[in-house]
Amino acid sequence: MLKRKIQELMTEPGCAINRAKSDTDRRKGCGTSLVPGAAAGGCAFDGAKIALQPITDVVHLVHGPIACEGNSWDGRNSWSSGSSLYRRGFTTDLGNLDIVQGGERKLYKAIRQAIKRHQPAAVFVYQTCVGALIGDDVDAVCRAAAQRLGTPVIPINAPGFAGSKNLGNRLGGDALFEHVIGTVEPDDAGPCDINILGEYNVAGELDQFRPLLGRLGIRLRASITGDSRYRDVAAAHTARANMVLCSQALVTLARRMEEKWGIPYFEGSFYGISDTSEALRAIARMLVGRGAESTLIQRTEDLIAEEEARAWARLAPYKARLAGRKVLLYTGGVKSWSVIQALQEVGMEVVGSSVRKATEADRIKALERLGGDEDKLADAITPRDMYAMFKDGKADMMLSGGRSQFVALKARTPWIDINQERHHGYAAYDGMVELVRQIDLSINNPIWARVRAPAPWEES
Amino acid sequence: MALIIDHNKALSSSPLKVSAPLGAALAFMGMRGCLPMFHGSQGCTAFALVMMVRHFREAIPLQTTAMNEISTILGGMDQVEQGLLNIARRARPEMIGLISTALTETRGEDMGGDVRAIRARNRELADIAVIDVSAPDFAGSLETGWGKAVTAIIRQLVRPAGGKAALNRVNLLPGCHLTPGDVEALKDIVAGFGLEAVVLPDLSDSLDGHVPESYMPTTLGGTGTADVGEMGRSRLTIAVGEHMRIAAKTLEDRTGVPFVVLDRVTGLEAVDRLMVCLSSVAGVPVPARQRRARSQLVDAMLDGHFYFAGRRIAIAGEPSLVWTMGRLVADLGATIAAAVTTRTQPLLADLPAERVIVGDFEDMEDQILEAGGCDLIIANSNARQVSTRHGIPLFRAGFPVFDRLGAAHMVGAGYGGTRDLITGLGNILMESPGHAPDTEHVHDHAAAAAG
Repeated sequence: MLKRKIQELMTEPGCAINRAKSDTDRRKGCGTSLVPGAAAGGCAFDGAKIALQPITDVVHLVHGPIACEGNSWDGRNSWSSGSSLYRRGFTTDLGNLDIVQGGERKLYKAIRQAIKRHQPAAVFVYQTCVGALIGDDVDAVCRAAAQRLGTPVIPINAPGFAGSKNLGNRLGGDALFEHVIGTVEPDDAGPCDINILGEYNVAGELDQFRPLLGRLGIRLRASITGDSRYRDVAAAHTARANMVLCSQALVTLARRMEEKWGIPYFEGSFYGISDTSEALRAIARMLVGRGAESTLIQRTEDLIAEEEARAWARLAPYKARLAGRKVLLYTGGVKSWSVIQALQEVGMEVVGSSVRKATEADRIKALERLGGDEDKLADAITPRDMYAMFKDGKADMMLSGGRSQFVALKARTPWIDINQERHHGYAAYDGMVELVRQIDLSINNPIWARVRAPAPWEES
Repeated sequence: MALIIDHNKALSSSPLKVSAPLGAALAFMGMRGCLPMFHGSQGCTAFALVMMVRHFREAIPLQTTAMNEISTILGGMDQVEQGLLNIARRARPEMIGLISTALTETRGEDMGGDVRAIRARNRELADIAVIDVSAPDFAGSLETGWGKAVTAIIRQLVRPAGGKAALNRVNLLPGCHLTPGDVEALKDIVAGFGLEAVVLPDLSDSLDGHVPESYMPTTLGGTGTADVGEMGRSRLTIAVGEHMRIAAKTLEDRTGVPFVVLDRVTGLEAVDRLMVCLSSVAGVPVPARQRRARSQLVDAMLDGHFYFAGRRIAIAGEPSLVWTMGRLVADLGATIAAAVTTRTQPLLADLPAERVIVGDFEDMEDQILEAGGCDLIIANSNARQVSTRHGIPLFRAGFPVFDRLGAAHMVGAGYGGTRDLITGLGNILMESPGHAPDTEHVHDHAAAAAG
């Protein structure tokens, strides 16, 4: 059952990478085999949790030994404007005896206790490797609990050994489609409602574009899943359009919502100035196509003109401070190209961009923005080579995720986190200005000269 | 006398416990040129790695055998073999720690047997110490895994002295509640007696936050295998923390080196015991520097006790941390309002508290509410939500501490460390107005407000 689901998810027709493959490659699916002793990244459970944990008013209950939740809870910087229930960690903490006797009864009791104490909008139950291995039927326990306790209890069947983090994202999306979306009929559905899929409100980024939508009279019915409430996600089928961010994670969900409820979708990004504008245009077009007032298109253009002019004007003062500085982008996906334009606009030279986890379309866009220089497109760079790039002065700073931060810092090189652990929002027009501001604060910090200077007793 | 209560709850809410394999991995971080690997699915490694990165603010070398559905059914020996060979080729480590997880232990893998077979047919592994540790997530906690890893290293590397003369050394087996800063302080103390310490494991040489001159794919420092091999030639083994008893005993069984287990190395009379112990091994009096440090600690206790007396303090953490902190604040006149720990440890029955609960941060919160509030929480960063909800200051200690700088350098060991710890805690208590209704502080503030 899980196997068939994975097969489906891994041959997603809506996925651009998949479309670009030959027939034989496509049949193999996109599950890259992980190399023991040389693998990095999370498991499927991790991926499912990342995709769903931002739903704020839900108890997220992990059915497994302590490692799965105890080693990771409250670790993601996903903000909430309401409930903080999602920030608590819940687990059945399976012990020796549970492994021998089975954990279903314990899981049922755990669900009951969580509902009694916290009155959540729903309980999401995450299966793990050990729960699956001892044969606990999480689906059945959830069904029974939902019936008897009168609160939705949603099984998330994504044990770690099923595959990668990315697969877990998709399995998480699948659980929403199977059990949540379409279960609540709102009484206020309107012609300008949209959903955004694959946005997790890291560092409060939603509030860098939600107000823009608001000014156009567009309502975000559900963000899936950043800063969302269970009922909003459950009513997401009433939106008129879906925008998919981070396409590889939740594009399957978007395609299925189109098939079942006729909601058209597009893939876009709120990273970068012109990309934000493109995204707003696409939303407006799609809504007008589905019956919104046609003036929306002109109003969107007016807002774009105003916001772009404001953003570029705010970036101008940084030119003198950043011109000629060499930056390495090591992130992947849409960010491999979407921030290049703004960096170039302030005069920085992008000496390389990693296109791991990026689609062929992402690659082409990145290449175009890098002036067609293939050498600047890197797949993965080993930490050793990266360290050498900094030591040899080939890059003055790096924008990347937390995993590579110490390669830069130990080489005494400025570094900014632009992945999931980031502490500043970099979305839309304001976000791009903030990113450039943070780059300036980092690269022009006086500490670099100090920490690079040799000690008085060392030869320079 | 405290009653130790384990409800064995169905639902753990806001967990306090972290997993045993993580503790084992942490121990390997104190070994030189080491790259540990979890035998499990890749998430097991990712979570543990991220947690250690956030705590130490350092790169953490930790790999995975990347078990998948098929290898989980068929057995993971091939994954182990590939993993060991890949690490050997890419990182050329001195040591690989191979740590089981709940996944492979539930399956029932014979990891030790597999490793022997793999080593027999792969010459590339001949120069690398491969230490296998069984530490399933479903048994015990951070301390358990740490202790098991140290015991496994001793079993697999330490040679009997074989008639060779004793060296001027003591073995130091620090528990996982000691920071790299603590270990550094202990090494200094030992050196002051003219002795050399062989520390197993030595986080102060690897995770002390320094900037190496070149890129390293393994641990940045730590105890080398050669030094471990010679631990049988030391004069005494000093273990710190009850969870190091088995390791110390194992070392004695193999080598005949006698051992003492110090329940803690924080607090006046605890450090006195350490000094007496070192002085008798070295055959020299306690150095003048330590006598001076003792006097400074006594003075800090005199100056500081006003701010502890009658205050109510909640403590949550691994048994060794709860014991160390609990004894310290109780000895200064504070009351333990809540004590929550990760597993049953009989020693905790001697804590001056009504009860010690084996549980989570929800238990700690309930205890605090039942006690009518408290003045201070001593726990890891995951107590921050409880702290914020009730406006109670949180002194971060234990693992993980991810929202403060310098977790590796917080020192509580020795006379000097105890003095600094009293200062740190005392300053928070001095500043916070007091949540316990009957403390003098509230009177003061009320009077000031009325006046």
